[in-house]
Amino acid sequence: MSKFTRRGLLKSSAVMGAGLAMPTLITSPVAAYTNEPTGGSVTLGFNVPQTGPYADEGSDELRAYKLAVEHLNGGGDGGMMNTFTSKALKGNGILGKKVEFVTGDTQTKSDAARASAKSMIEKDGAIMITGGSSSGVAVAVQGLCQEAGVIFMAGLTHSNDTTGKDKKANGFRHFFNGYMSGAALAPVLQNAYGKDRRAYHLTADYTWGWTQQESIQAATEGVGWETVNNVLTPLATTDFSSYIAPVLNSGADVLVLNHYGGNMINSLTSAVQFGLRDKQVNGKNFEIVVPLYSELMAKGAGANIKGVFGSTNWSWTLGDEGTKAFVKSFGEKYGFPPSNAAQTVYAQTLLYADACERAGTFNPCGVGESLEGFEFDGLGNGPTLYRKEDHQCFKDVLVMKGKDDPVNEYDALEIVEITPRAQVEYAPDHPMFAGGSLGKCNPGA
Amino acid sequence: MDAILLQILNGLDKGSAYALIALGLTLIFGTLGVVNFAHGALFMLGSFCAVTLSKILVISKVTIDPEKVDFLGNPLKVKTPYVMEWFGESAGSTIIDWSVPLAILFAIPVMLLVGYIMERGLIKHFYKRPHADQILVTFGLAIVIQEIVKAAFGANPIPTPAPDVFRGSYDFGVLIGMEANAVIYPFWRLIYFGFSATIIAAVFAFLQFTTFGMVVRAGMADRETVGLLGINIDKRFTFMFGIAAAVAGLAGVMYTPINSPNYHMGMDFLVLSFVVVVVGGMGSLPGAVLAGFMLGILESFASMNEVKGFFEALYLPSIDQIIIYLVAIIVLLTRPRGLMGRAGVMED
Repeated sequence: MSKFTRRGLLKSSAVMGAGLAMPTLITSPVAAYTNEPTGGSVTLGFNVPQTGPYADEGSDELRAYKLAVEHLNGGGDGGMMNTFTSKALKGNGILGKKVEFVTGDTQTKSDAARASAKSMIEKDGAIMITGGSSSGVAVAVQGLCQEAGVIFMAGLTHSNDTTGKDKKANGFRHFFNGYMSGAALAPVLQNAYGKDRRAYHLTADYTWGWTQQESIQAATEGVGWETVNNVLTPLATTDFSSYIAPVLNSGADVLVLNHYGGNMINSLTSAVQFGLRDKQVNGKNFEIVVPLYSELMAKGAGANIKGVFGSTNWSWTLGDEGTKAFVKSFGEKYGFPPSNAAQTVYAQTLLYADACERAGTFNPCGVGESLEGFEFDGLGNGPTLYRKEDHQCFKDVLVMKGKDDPVNEYDALEIVEITPRAQVEYAPDHPMFAGGSLGKCNPGA
Repeated sequence: MDAILLQILNGLDKGSAYALIALGLTLIFGTLGVVNFAHGALFMLGSFCAVTLSKILVISKVTIDPEKVDFLGNPLKVKTPYVMEWFGESAGSTIIDWSVPLAILFAIPVMLLVGYIMERGLIKHFYKRPHADQILVTFGLAIVIQEIVKAAFGANPIPTPAPDVFRGSYDFGVLIGMEANAVIYPFWRLIYFGFSATIIAAVFAFLQFTTFGMVVRAGMADRETVGLLGINIDKRFTFMFGIAAAVAGLAGVMYTPINSPNYHMGMDFLVLSFVVVVVGGMGSLPGAVLAGFMLGILESFASMNEVKGFFEALYLPSIDQIIIYLVAIIVLLTRPRGLMGRAGVMED
């Protein structure tokens, strides 16, 4: 007769389970933070739009990330590591661990971006997430990284909210923002077009458009301009003719296009087709302003962009040593100059690696502390500060203009003014950035 | 008055694209009974015919200019298009400048071929399948075409301007006795409207006044009887699929200077064009054209600040985004077969 009973089975299972678990309990240290690297390598997660309307920008970001990884691991010519004022990086990875990476596709959609970031953190063990070409995406992924306990090094995000009401302790932004664009552009616009101007705004209807419009309106009204109207345009709009037509009889003599990417290319094309740039209103030439430029947008807009003012975070035509080093590395590897999206993500990757080295840990709280208040130079934007209070970088801003006689497709924009950092700085509690708090850094596990 | 006239012009212009795409969709549905969700992709392929030709025309001979340097400090590579080498600088630059109108000639055979391959290679296998299967397969096909175009041309819009002589705008107000600068409208958009009207008239004339067209119309009304008369109606319907593809392609070619083409542009038009077809009445060619222009004008008026303000006061924000669907609901509630729909179509 069998002595096999239910109670006996439960007892034996419990003893066997405890026995099997014992070695793990004794030998496995409890992770101090999410995805603490234990082997000879560390994994970074590059979350960029590989499909969707900003896929070309995502591709350029990915090129720059790969270049940064190559340089961090000691390959290539070292790029901006040679000009970076911090000398903590030695070309032997990060803290002696070889840098590896995984990529995700944000599709320029918040849901998809969060899903791919989550997958990189949970399945691939990414210790830091970086990327994005949209403020909606950046805010969503930044929130996720805060919850997951990993650092988020934002890519191309220009909304005031990213380091304003939606700022997070685990998130850091190198790119400039709408307020800075306004502060840099307004004096240049005043010099070029005078104080007595009436502006009509067309604005993309989401977080980036709203905050940029608010910033540009405040800055231009500060130099005496009047705002005639602000019309919100849905992000999915492709034909802007019905939004442009009312501008003709509005009494405005300046059109401000708070649009980005394909939206901006289409709205600018419509405005030029409707003859706005040949028009005289209030005894003045009608003008168009595009507050946020990118090289890829300029290429897409073609000849329509000639003479139009805007702003950028960086330009490959700058003459500093950091820029020269990066343009050389990138240009020799890929055959064309980098965009300002590429420079931003390259700089963010080096800044993260450098912060780990200086902190002596990958722990997000240690890395964050190391980045807070960090002052550096040599990454292409002149002396730069990562402000402790909101994790926003402060540096010079470039005012650009569409070039009248470009010699090739990469030569669409020219630098009109390098606006000094002091002119674009603001208090951490500025009303345009109010309503949020960094909170406490979250190391996760 | 000026603003109203401007929005009417805008509406006719938007409606032109809707009407052309909806006309092709209705042709395919009326002849083959297939709901073709890849029709927007055909519009996009037409645009990329213009992009391709403009790229072919600037294929260049590369020479080194030792006097100048590129962004890395290397000797500058100077590109001279072969058409300028062959035909001289003046004639060559004129050919390049006129790449969009020239692309019409390029697009017609390409789109006929694409339509033929699409119908014979894939869609004919789904004639007897439920509409849901047809929608799934054609939608999948649209995504495949879209991704191929993206892989070949990138994701960003590619500027493909109109010839120099048609850039800028035309003082339309003066033409109808208004004061100067009252109604200024872009040249190319006026041309687009004229072009669309011509194509629509040509399709109707083809169906109305040719023997081929008469047989096709008879086949649309009673396919079996036409077959019993010994006429190979399937062959004619395949040809009509090619015609519909060419109409969508030509609409796309002429649209390129209005909005720089990108791989996603077909999807942007597809949903609206289906609404146009349904509002016009499934299978009704005049209905598709009428609804196309009507919804285009409505959409334009709904974008006016005064109209938006009025609806915002009624707690209906973004009326410009929903007006087409609101009107579609009203039309379908009052006329379930659409404006000019025929009894028995999609009612079994």
